[in-house]
Amino acid sequence: MNKKYDQGDSPRQAMHGRVGRGRMFMATPPQKAKNIKKTFLHLLHYLGPHSFPLLIVFAISICGTIFNILAPKILGSATTILFEGVMKRLGGLPAVIDFNRIGQILLLLVFIYLFSEAFSYLGQFIMAGVVQKIVFRMREETYAKLSHLPLKFFDGHTHGEILSRVINDMDLIGSTLDQSLTHLISAIVTVSGVLVMMLLISPIMTLVALVTLPLSYLVTAKIAGYSQKRFAEQQRVLGRLNGHIEETYGGHIIVKSFGNEDKAIRHFKKINDKLYDTNWRAQFVSGIIMPLLGFINNISYVLICIIGAVFVVQGKIVIGDLQAFIQYSKNFREPIVQFANIANIIQSTLAAAERVFELLDEEEERTDDEQSLVEFAPRGDISFQKVTFGYSAETTLMKDLDICIEAGQTVAVVGPTGAGKTTLVNLLMRFYEIDGGKITIDGVDIRHIERGTLRSLFGMVLQDTWLFQGTIRDNIAYGKEGATDEEIKRAAGAAHADHFIGTLPGGYNTILNEEASNISQGQKQLITIARAILADPAILILDEATSSVDTRTELLIQKAMARLMKGRTSFVIAHRLSTIRDADIILVMDEGAVVEKGTNSELLSLDGFYAALYQSRFDAGGSYHEAG
Amino acid sequence: MIKLLRFLKPFKIHLAASFILVVIRALAELYLPSLSADMVNIGIINGDIGYIKLIGLRMLLITATGICAFILAGYLSSRAAAGLARHLRQEVFAHVESFSLREFDRFGTASLVNRTTNDITHLQNFVIFALRMMVMAPILTVGCLILAYVRDAMLTLILVAVTPILFAAIKLIIGKGLPLFRTLQSRLDRLNLIVREGLMGVRVIRAFNRDAYENKRFKEANFEYASLGLRVNRIMGAMTPLITLIMNLTIIAIVWFGGIRIDNGLVNVGDLLALIQYAMQVMFSFIAISRIFLIIPRATASAWRINEIFDTIPEIKDPPQQGREQPIGNLEGYIEFRNVTFSYPEAENPVLRNISFRAVPGETTAIIGSTGSGKSTLVHLMLRLYDVSSGSITVDGVDIRQLPLQTLRRIIGFVPQRTLLFSGTVRDNICYGREDASEKDIVRAARVAQIAGFVAEMDNGYDSAIAQEGKNVSGGQKQRLAIARALLKKVPIYIFDDSFSALDYATEARLRTALLREMADSAIFIISQRASTVRNADRIIVLDEGRIAGMGNHAELMSACHVYREIVASQQAGGETA
Repeated sequence: MNKKYDQGDSPRQAMHGRVGRGRMFMATPPQKAKNIKKTFLHLLHYLGPHSFPLLIVFAISICGTIFNILAPKILGSATTILFEGVMKRLGGLPAVIDFNRIGQILLLLVFIYLFSEAFSYLGQFIMAGVVQKIVFRMREETYAKLSHLPLKFFDGHTHGEILSRVINDMDLIGSTLDQSLTHLISAIVTVSGVLVMMLLISPIMTLVALVTLPLSYLVTAKIAGYSQKRFAEQQRVLGRLNGHIEETYGGHIIVKSFGNEDKAIRHFKKINDKLYDTNWRAQFVSGIIMPLLGFINNISYVLICIIGAVFVVQGKIVIGDLQAFIQYSKNFREPIVQFANIANIIQSTLAAAERVFELLDEEEERTDDEQSLVEFAPRGDISFQKVTFGYSAETTLMKDLDICIEAGQTVAVVGPTGAGKTTLVNLLMRFYEIDGGKITIDGVDIRHIERGTLRSLFGMVLQDTWLFQGTIRDNIAYGKEGATDEEIKRAAGAAHADHFIGTLPGGYNTILNEEASNISQGQKQLITIARAILADPAILILDEATSSVDTRTELLIQKAMARLMKGRTSFVIAHRLSTIRDADIILVMDEGAVVEKGTNSELLSLDGFYAALYQSRFDAGGSYHEAG
Repeated sequence: MIKLLRFLKPFKIHLAASFILVVIRALAELYLPSLSADMVNIGIINGDIGYIKLIGLRMLLITATGICAFILAGYLSSRAAAGLARHLRQEVFAHVESFSLREFDRFGTASLVNRTTNDITHLQNFVIFALRMMVMAPILTVGCLILAYVRDAMLTLILVAVTPILFAAIKLIIGKGLPLFRTLQSRLDRLNLIVREGLMGVRVIRAFNRDAYENKRFKEANFEYASLGLRVNRIMGAMTPLITLIMNLTIIAIVWFGGIRIDNGLVNVGDLLALIQYAMQVMFSFIAISRIFLIIPRATASAWRINEIFDTIPEIKDPPQQGREQPIGNLEGYIEFRNVTFSYPEAENPVLRNISFRAVPGETTAIIGSTGSGKSTLVHLMLRLYDVSSGSITVDGVDIRQLPLQTLRRIIGFVPQRTLLFSGTVRDNICYGREDASEKDIVRAARVAQIAGFVAEMDNGYDSAIAQEGKNVSGGQKQRLAIARALLKKVPIYIFDDSFSALDYATEARLRTALLREMADSAIFIISQRASTVRNADRIIVLDEGRIAGMGNHAELMSACHVYREIVASQQAGGETA
């Protein structure tokens, strides 16, 4: 009857395999939800459809707990019968122990235990199913929601942050619903039920049992608070250490080439020593909570034994009741001590749920009008009419911008940093809404074209290529649903990608790994071109930058791009002067804003930003002549 | 795992003491039910209240001893485990620092970071757990059985009979559940991957209007994860009810058979109560032991991953003392490659073949070629980040393998292709290669690198903070800071590996002019893919698929080397004809 879990996990949580999550005392202070009520109601909304199975689980859990509460008392009565028989014999009376009666009691107990544990498992079985369904649905809704959010959202949140909501927060919600909820219910029932039983046996002994309770609470609160501080400190140092490790490993080549390994190791040692210091303290402090509680429990146990024994001697209670009482006092303390912890877990869970719901409540992209064009096959005339745009109210990147592009023309986007391309993509594809004016394609305002249709008009070949984990075939076929092998190969051929694909061990079935690091940057670009060719868009957005691409591949890319651009309206992020010079319109962009526009000769005669840029390019070669 | 336990050696005394203390604690735990049995057998039955109080006092003392022992043990084991972790981290970090790029690439940065941090934490947790539970649980189990045997051998048989049943039940459930855990983890990874890809490719996905497809992909992965999670939960959820049931039935059996034995006068009531308590102890020990099954595989995997690091012997080491060439006064920077051939491990074809050339101080050597042609590899060999497969590289006539690594790397100023800054101040970053640099030198290096103006505009000048990975400065600024960092070293050899790519043309031109003026006495290597960047070098080496396709100045190569002409022609399309 002396149960203790020194590691801090209750056995159920430990058995559940979520080791470390259900710690009795959360090491770090829980995060709190900002609006508990709202989050809670929102969460209830997800539980709603499952209210029937949930009710069953609650009922089962309550029944199981009640059985558990009755069992010690019943077992105690068997002991009492034995004891009384023995006492009578000691007193010299010819007593027969009533084994019939004991047998009946024990048989009853067998059933109670069987039912109680069967109920316990059944409840868990049902609950696990319900929880999986809820979390599955929430996760799916969250992910689906992502595809309705404007790009603004993605640009404003880090990937890690969003990822954490879809994965980690969801897991936390799941495990809390799964464990802490039923735990909480059974804890409440246990505490009240056991209290009644204890009072029934002996009010005085109950008082004794309760005396040490505040002490337990004090220890828990004090030490847990202290330990949380220690852990917070440890986390801080650990963060510093991790930062240093990431930096040093990430910059391995620099550390090596500067011969600074020793310096890095010295610095590491300094933080590592500090970590050791906070680490063992945190470990130690958190490790003594349970034994201390155990100690207090034992004090209470001993007190109960003494007083109980005296009472038995005085005939105030029977021995079976003493036995039962000892068991009750254990059962009673356990959930009480756990309340604090469950409260913490629930708090963190609500905070996690709130983060998820915040995401679900994010404003979506404006929905397409009913009358939006779904079928649209434009020639490719594009015009900007008095377009005004800025990412925030303070910074206006373009004001009353007018551009007129005829189908098939080439627009060169020029600028020192190339920061304009993202903005251009954002506006043309309606990832961001413009603040004023309108953009039209073949005279149709792009806001009147269904988004999917609009976006499929464009082909993008950008330098920061995006390929996903999968075969090369799938990556090319991404441009066109249901593309045949024949089409894929033809597109790869037109993109001059077929040759290198042929040399790969798996050919078209080669699987690109997570970072697609198993093929070169140039090869990635060729695949993106093939993807664009297969998609056959009316308008192109191309990036000429090939700084990390070798000359031969670059030639191939150039050829492939030239073929792709033929007859299509193209926006080219231009780096080659020939492209710039031959372009029908040049947009000079600086930090996202259009600073000048016109043809090469127009812009040169302006003698402004473009002219300076143009000159520096020639001068760059010239000045080097002299220096070298 | 055993191999790593050698790191616990310094804590031998801690461990031994902690072990003894845990044993004391276990004995105290075990003694309590005995005392309470005496209380019933002697105290209650005889109605001796004085005896009851005496025993009660004794129980309090015992439990106090137990708790003291345990807290002390906790203190010792915390220190030992944390000490182990500290030691391991230190060793792993230092060992990783000794890796050449070859070993480093084999693991990858992310994996190495994980091994240095998380894996070691897993091991630490394991050690703490082992010290507290793995010692305690078996002692308690055995102790309970022994004490129970002393009380009554026959009733102990019940416990002995139940033990294997409990064990089998735990093994059955964990045996079913554990393999599923691993699959579950990999499904979670897959879910993660899909979300991450969706986030990174959000523009492309929308441009191709493939949201529905991505959602379907996610839904499948989500379903697979959820349904397996359900199975795992349902299997593992059976554990506690099953164990509790077995133990409760055992207690019933003890009461029944105990009753019979009491009836026959073989056992006291107090003994029966003690036996019940022992049975409970055994049950909780078993629950604790079952956790070992969950923790050991994880710790073993971690240990294995850490050992993999220790088992990796860096190939590039300092030459042994006796083999070293005489300490070099001042290396001047004459470099020669003689028939250098190099292959990456497990690669079929060499990256570089038969490379031979010489470079002297005061001259600029440019290297041009396509991406796979081996340009960066060539300079990495110069820095001995890799060792040549055959042939040799000499500095001032000394094979670089005969030079201490520090000496070699101290005479080379290197600006890598991928610019890396460290968190710290601008000054820390510039001084990375020479901590004792004077303010004047720092400013001068910054000025030459064309970054002085930018730094002056920053809030705290040279003491302004640079975020991790230099996230708060632009690509061009990073490159220029990296150049300043290399310049400050004032060395006979400089290597610029495609170091001007993020600069606009005007800045690049100014920078190059300043550099050449500043480093007139050094041997300079410039790697580039731009013909305009290399054309004025004293010597241009044209690399093509790992071979030297041509070497000479611009004019010579234009007439003699078709690869070079091709490169120039391809870029002239936008250059001079424009």
